[in-house]
Amino acid sequence: MIEVRFNKKNLIVLAGVILIYFLVYGLQAVGVISAFQEINLMMLGINIILAVSLNLIVGFTGQLALGHAGFMAVGAYVAAILTTNLNQPFPVALLAGAFSAAVAGIIIGLPTLRLRGDYLAIATLGFGEIIRGAANNINYIGGAAGMIGIPQLTNWTWLYVMMVLTILVITNFINSTHGRACVAIRENEIAAETMGINTTYYKVLAFAMGAFFAGIAGALYAHYFYLIQPNTFTFFRSFDILVMVVFGGLGSITGSIIAAAGITFVNAALQDLAVLRMVIYAVLLIIIMVFRPQGLMGNKEFTLDRWLKKRGAVSGPTGN
Amino acid sequence: MAVFFQQIINGLSLGSIYALIALGYTMVYGIIQLINFAHGDIMMAGAYIAFFVVVYLKLNIWWAFIISMIGSALLGVIIERVAYKPLRNATRLAPLITAIGMSLFLENGGLMVLGTDIRSYPGGLITNAQLPLTLFGIRLTATTLQLLILAITIVMMIILQYIVHYTRAGKAMRAVSYDADAARLMGINVDNTISLTFALGSAFAAVAGILLGLYYNNIQPLMGIMPGLKAFVAAVIGGIGLIPGAMVGGFALGIFETMVSGYWSSNLRDPIVFLLLILILLVKPAGLLGKNNTEKV
Repeated sequence: MIEVRFNKKNLIVLAGVILIYFLVYGLQAVGVISAFQEINLMMLGINIILAVSLNLIVGFTGQLALGHAGFMAVGAYVAAILTTNLNQPFPVALLAGAFSAAVAGIIIGLPTLRLRGDYLAIATLGFGEIIRGAANNINYIGGAAGMIGIPQLTNWTWLYVMMVLTILVITNFINSTHGRACVAIRENEIAAETMGINTTYYKVLAFAMGAFFAGIAGALYAHYFYLIQPNTFTFFRSFDILVMVVFGGLGSITGSIIAAAGITFVNAALQDLAVLRMVIYAVLLIIIMVFRPQGLMGNKEFTLDRWLKKRGAVSGPTGN
Repeated sequence: MAVFFQQIINGLSLGSIYALIALGYTMVYGIIQLINFAHGDIMMAGAYIAFFVVVYLKLNIWWAFIISMIGSALLGVIIERVAYKPLRNATRLAPLITAIGMSLFLENGGLMVLGTDIRSYPGGLITNAQLPLTLFGIRLTATTLQLLILAITIVMMIILQYIVHYTRAGKAMRAVSYDADAARLMGINVDNTISLTFALGSAFAAVAGILLGLYYNNIQPLMGIMPGLKAFVAAVIGGIGLIPGAMVGGFALGIFETMVSGYWSSNLRDPIVFLLLILILLVKPAGLLGKNNTEKV
């Protein structure tokens, strides 16, 4: 079923992935990475997971969803309850958070995914607000004050493994039959249905998968920052993730990764400017969108093939 | 029953404000299919323009209304020209992102320039007296402010209906929203018509902003976020793109919201409003007044 190809390209990618892990691990062990840098490193990983998973829903399946922070909240709260209140190990909590978010995705997706375009957007935005409102009113999880004293279990290894796993699973999904079906739905839903694609099934599947990884991101977030509050997961958070996806290019995984990294970096670089930071961020957003509405990468991927091809090293089709 | 009718009165005031904001949302959506997320923040700008007119220019509230409407209309047109017009032929998501950008810009620009202080309009701007009211033998209270809000909203809606249905500009707006390309072929200046729509919607938002500021007796730079979102919900409930839908949705949402706070809990108000939204969309995906169009190949 899974064809493992140990060609040159895959080996380079694999080596790169492992190298980055040990590089950061080493830097951390030596103590070069400051606390501030570490926070941003964690945010970077979490943002990449969120952006890539939302890209599956918005970019590849073409369903405009504005409730990603809601799924993140579900994952964060469920995982935090398991570790903090019920003393369960972190992997269990992580999985439970992800599955709860996926279930939430199915529950919200089944009825609302028959809505189109902007109606879906507002319904999912509403869902995010319902989750936040519910969290605000449940005393068991701290109400508006949120949950405090969550053990700090997220470390670089967990984060990196989860990030790579997210990218790997979603990339492979997109290149599978199922992923192709999702892309067909994005391109033309009616035509896809005529071709025998069960559109509802694939839309819900994409939604559930996106939610699953958002749940993981939420769980990682909760176990790094000790504290989660309902106000961490406002619709601005969903916007933020959407901005990364559109910014990087709808339907480009590498684009999402680059955009998530860029936005995390800009946020960190402008940290000292307080309110001015958000003003600059907003202006940048408008300027970049006006001059490059298709996003950084469009729907293309940054591939090693293309990079190597420039040097005339690789032949064969380049994907897109 | 007293609580019920009292909440209806309160709901009508809040609903009026939602309806006024929702009109701007729905007009813009009707003409370029864009969720103008900056709309709530234009409302905030309108409230502040009125505040400065009243406090520093020492003019009365009616001048504040007029100047604020003109100022907000200009702001709306500038936003459209800068952030949305260049993206008219781009993917639908691109203008949505610039709309979010504009919203963030106005909110944080507002926080930077105006500070986080909560301000309120000086007292005595309007006479705000309690009006004892008897309905079916039940004693209720309404304030003159509540009546004023309702009256202004109704007048504004009549003006809007007149503009949209009985003027050349209104005809152009309807034509562009029906089919922009065909309208262009008929010699309608589509860009100007879209700008006019933004100007009108923003002027309505300004009125809503001032009324909201008077009603809650405070204005602050982030005041546009929640009412803006709720008004959008109202527009969707009524059927987005439909002007009567925005009115119906606004009033319905306002009354529903005050009922939830009155009978149940004001903490649960917002989640329940969004739950209602989802339920309505499930039963009537095109909103209360919208027609369900079957999609043709």
